Amino acid sequence: MMKNMPAARDVVQGPPPPPPVDRGWGDGDGSDGRGADRRASFTGLFVLLAATIMVFAALTSAFIVRRGMSDDWTSLHKPPILWVNTAILLASSFLLDISRRALKARHRTKFNFWWSAGTVLGILFLVGQAFAWRQLRNEGVFIATNPSSSFFYVLTAAHAVHLLGGVTALVYVDVQALRLQLGPAKRTAIDISAIYWHFLDALWIYLMVLMYVWG
Amino acid sequence: MTLRRRIFSTDHRTIGKQYYFLGLFSVLLGVALSLVMRYHVVRPKALGGAISPELYLSLMTMHGTLMVFFVLTVVPQSAFGNYFLPLQIGAREMAFPRLNMFSFWTTAASLAVLLSAFFVEGGAPISGWTAYPPLSAVGRIAGPGEGLGQTLWIVSIGIFCVASVMGSINFVATIADLRCKGMTLMRMPLPCWSWLITALLSLLAFAVLLGAAVLLLLDRSAGTSFFLPAGLYFNDTSIPGRAGGSPLLWQHLFWFFGHPEVYIAIIPGMGIVSHVLSAFSRKPVFGYRAMVYAMIAIAFLGFVVWGHHMFMSGMSPYSAVAFSLLTLAIGVPSAIKTFNWIGTMWGGRLRFTTAMLFAIGFVSVFVTGGLSGIVLGQPALDLYFHDTAFVVAHFHMIMGVAATFGIFAGTFFWFPRMFGRTLNERLGKLHFYLTFAGVYALFIPMHLLGLAGTPRRYPDFTSVDFLGALMPLHRFITHAAYTVAAAQLIFVANLFWSLKKGPRAALNPWEATTLEWTDAAHPVVHHGPYEYSSPGAPADFTMQTDAPNIRSEA
Repeated sequence: MMKNMPAARDVVQGPPPPPPVDRGWGDGDGSDGRGADRRASFTGLFVLLAATIMVFAALTSAFIVRRGMSDDWTSLHKPPILWVNTAILLASSFLLDISRRALKARHRTKFNFWWSAGTVLGILFLVGQAFAWRQLRNEGVFIATNPSSSFFYVLTAAHAVHLLGGVTALVYVDVQALRLQLGPAKRTAIDISAIYWHFLDALWIYLMVLMYVWG
Repeated sequence: MTLRRRIFSTDHRTIGKQYYFLGLFSVLLGVALSLVMRYHVVRPKALGGAISPELYLSLMTMHGTLMVFFVLTVVPQSAFGNYFLPLQIGAREMAFPRLNMFSFWTTAASLAVLLSAFFVEGGAPISGWTAYPPLSAVGRIAGPGEGLGQTLWIVSIGIFCVASVMGSINFVATIADLRCKGMTLMRMPLPCWSWLITALLSLLAFAVLLGAAVLLLLDRSAGTSFFLPAGLYFNDTSIPGRAGGSPLLWQHLFWFFGHPEVYIAIIPGMGIVSHVLSAFSRKPVFGYRAMVYAMIAIAFLGFVVWGHHMFMSGMSPYSAVAFSLLTLAIGVPSAIKTFNWIGTMWGGRLRFTTAMLFAIGFVSVFVTGGLSGIVLGQPALDLYFHDTAFVVAHFHMIMGVAATFGIFAGTFFWFPRMFGRTLNERLGKLHFYLTFAGVYALFIPMHLLGLAGTPRRYPDFTSVDFLGALMPLHRFITHAAYTVAAAQLIFVANLFWSLKKGPRAALNPWEATTLEWTDAAHPVVHHGPYEYSSPGAPADFTMQTDAPNIRSEA
């Protein structure tokens, strides 16, 4: 099967062209050429990040108001596995960047390996979160038990939903990579999903701070 | 293949038309609901009492939700924007065509979920388009529509939020990165600016509403207390197990979305109207940059005034003053826009096409509706006017009618480009004059109802002395509503007749300057968007793609 594969497909033709410096301020050609497509993908990503930030900003303001104005808030005993999950998520981000570096150095096999490893860790994080929820449930802490537990479930679930999207993107890139279909055009997909993943990482750390300091 | 091309199309033109007809369906349904309500107000005993107060409230809720979300948000931005944004900036497509297709079908799914609320046990929700808790959060006990109907409403709004964010991503990325050669930001036609600003607004606003909707849904179905305080008592039954939540929290989150939402509805109309006024005055837009900055200012201020919806909710007078001053400040950029529209027309060679009439009508109702906004923006006055028909009249004028006039102006202006045919001008003008007179006859007296203290959302005033005396005014309003609705039938007939039988349109029937009136595959822009009547130019309009040597003064 391997020898039927056209040789050009699995050879990366050098690094992708850098985004044009004009940033599209009216000097592009309006075509769907790669430069404009790549730039548009990044713009779209940042718009998506802004929307995600607003969702969590809304939840955060609800958190602060709900906690500040009532006397029924009791601090939630958080499952310690959260720390393990945090480490796993950070590691997955780290691996994704190792793999991007490998790709820049044209080490395709290394890229595939580290990217797969990062993806697996990402999925592992979700499994770990499910364990955390189960631990709470076994302790009799449900979503309606206390506002602190309500917010814990809401924030972690909202993060998990976003992360599910991120995992889908990672798996997509991984499948493409393992099928040796990672042409230069797919580089944008790699960068986009990696940046989104780092963002979810930072978001999780923010949520940890929020939940441990005030939750 | 046909399925791919016609139903799940990724072509921005097809998607634009799909949004347009989704909006048309929603607006016809919304108008029909309002007619039933107006009929009931003047004849509450008719139909053997078939319309209960609860049914009236659910009609009102669905009317508001359909109009705000599926008409005023969808048509000016998603329908016209999807169709004309790529054309006006010389891009071949939206940045993410497939996301665009998902966005439309998510919106359609949201509409389907909303409409399904009519057919579940208990019927549609009764909490209005603002869905204030605690009534919207305690379930069936608060009223028949507050069971499954309210749940479906929240789910529908949540889906709509996701669709809007997808749409925003497409708009911002397309404008930022896919403009053709020479199309600098300050050469973009004003509709493009308005779509960009609206996309940013809806991005930030709908994301917040999504978060709030999730919390409300959990309060309803998971037993949480985000918005529910302790000691609630409905219909002789106490609500156990809830404590500590705050209904005000929902109001803050909702209006942080809700106030930008009214600008999401109106700003694209502003862009379209500027565009049309310039073309039919044969003059450049007066103060193009001022128009852009005014729209940005309105959008920015739109995020810091949500508190003026809550003067009556128990707000610190200091906050109220701050919100009030910021609210009144919106009058400044709004006035800049109004003066610039008049300045655009001033001394122009006006062509009174139907599109032009609707654009002028927009300016008229924008001023009328804006003035009552200044009244409502002051806490001392709002304490009296809050929840009266005065508010209803205000927001119908500024958000409903003005935005709808923007839609009509866009429809009559762009129909030749969208469908290759021209709408009938004679029917169009009849439609305009009836609608214009009709909406003033409808909403000016409604202000008077509010002044007299008529509360909104009440289905029957006959048994209250001081309100019963206003029934003649109610009857007048109802007849005006019938007239306006009948006039819309003229429009619908014109639309569908012209789709099939309208005279074929030329490529640039209005002798306009912007890129949507060319068929160049790779346009290169040399001119600003509104070079009409340039001294020394060979024609009274210089297309943006015309060679640069034709220019006289840029």
